[in-house]
Amino acid sequence: MYDIKALYEATSVENAIALLVEHPEAIIIAGGSDVLVQMREGRLANRELVSIFKLDELRGVSMDDDGTIRILPLTNFTTITNDPIIQKYINVLGEAVDMVGGPQIRNIATIGGNTCNGVTSADSASTLFAWDALMELTGPNGVRQLPISEFYVGPGKVALEHSELLTAILIKKESYEAYAGHYIKYAMRNAMDIATTCCSVNVKLSPDKKMIEDVRIAYGVAGPMPRRTSTAEELIKNKPVEMEHINAFAKAALTDVNPRTSWRATKEFRLHLVEELANRALIEAIKRSGGVL
Amino acid sequence: MPQLQLVKCTINGKYTETMIDVRASLTDMLRNSFSLNSVKKGCEVGECGACNVIIDGKCYNSCIYLAVWADGKEIRTLESLLGPDGELADIQQAFIDEAAVQCGFCTPGFIMTAVEILETRKEYSRDELRKMLSGNMCRCTGYENIINAVEKTMFKRLRKQ
Repeated sequence: MYDIKALYEATSVENAIALLVEHPEAIIIAGGSDVLVQMREGRLANRELVSIFKLDELRGVSMDDDGTIRILPLTNFTTITNDPIIQKYINVLGEAVDMVGGPQIRNIATIGGNTCNGVTSADSASTLFAWDALMELTGPNGVRQLPISEFYVGPGKVALEHSELLTAILIKKESYEAYAGHYIKYAMRNAMDIATTCCSVNVKLSPDKKMIEDVRIAYGVAGPMPRRTSTAEELIKNKPVEMEHINAFAKAALTDVNPRTSWRATKEFRLHLVEELANRALIEAIKRSGGVL
Repeated sequence: MPQLQLVKCTINGKYTETMIDVRASLTDMLRNSFSLNSVKKGCEVGECGACNVIIDGKCYNSCIYLAVWADGKEIRTLESLLGPDGELADIQQAFIDEAAVQCGFCTPGFIMTAVEILETRKEYSRDELRKMLSGNMCRCTGYENIINAVEKTMFKRLRKQ
């Protein structure tokens, strides 16, 4: 038995918002793989839950007319990994979420829950940062969009108002067209583990594959929140595809990160990972873009 | 006053209707209301896979799945594999033959994951099997014999086709 004070099963997005307005203490449960675990630990003991689990209208991946990829928040990780749109345009996201937990967790855990939970280690988060994702939030006063960098406001905190729901994650065509990416999760085990530090990179090369036109790099567990490292990004723009620049890029990534020592790893080891993962992920992303090193 | 809700679902091929406390996990419901004791209470936080069951064809940790969410679903547990005269399924026999069972606590969970894998009727490499079985933990066997049992049954079934 879980220590649930009351459970309200939402029947639609509007109903979920109404239930949240009606019950100001309630929290949202999607797949439950975070909420129920925290409830078991006692951190969320005796709470009211608004369940959105049965809202199939919030499941699926589609493409808007302007080429924007629309990922609905209750889509589970297995579905994202196997989705043809994800595989064709932003495969690295499917690869990243395929490293979450184990198969059973990937069947229940949702991408919306993974991001709304606000943790720095979320496998989907750094890749969504690297793809410049937009978060679509729906509340009693309508729909608003936030860049994912503004969606995260603190450790474990996101910009959702109490009665708001994340209703879509959007990736614009200009963010993914002609880009290829790579994600590395460094963890102690190959499955059922949380990243010590993780890194997602995507790159756009010039048509002749000799120049780096744009790079986006984001980390998880290199600070209290997932984040991009703009110093490194700016440094490598319009540079030729050469190891010298990749090495400088990886060093520059250290300027913008702030990892801490935890029981999983020391700050020093994480800083080592920040540089090394930037290097390896960018090399692989360049290779996937057709670049030669 | 506990908050109760009616759950209508199919369990191991039988249609059932049960009034269930909304605080119950699916593990609680399967064990307490249906005496399906192959569904083990291990970590109870979705890490060990001992409570693994198949819901609508896919594996889930029933410990972190609310019982009320099972409404309208088709659930299968290890008990569904038993033949009419108590015969074991091929995958269960393979676990015995390959010594893939020691204390046995993780075995039902592993076998249900194996059932999902085998029902895809595809051939997988050992590395692929290892990844597909990675949501189940075993503290006795070191996994090799479990992978042997699943691999052996996979080849057997594919050759029979």
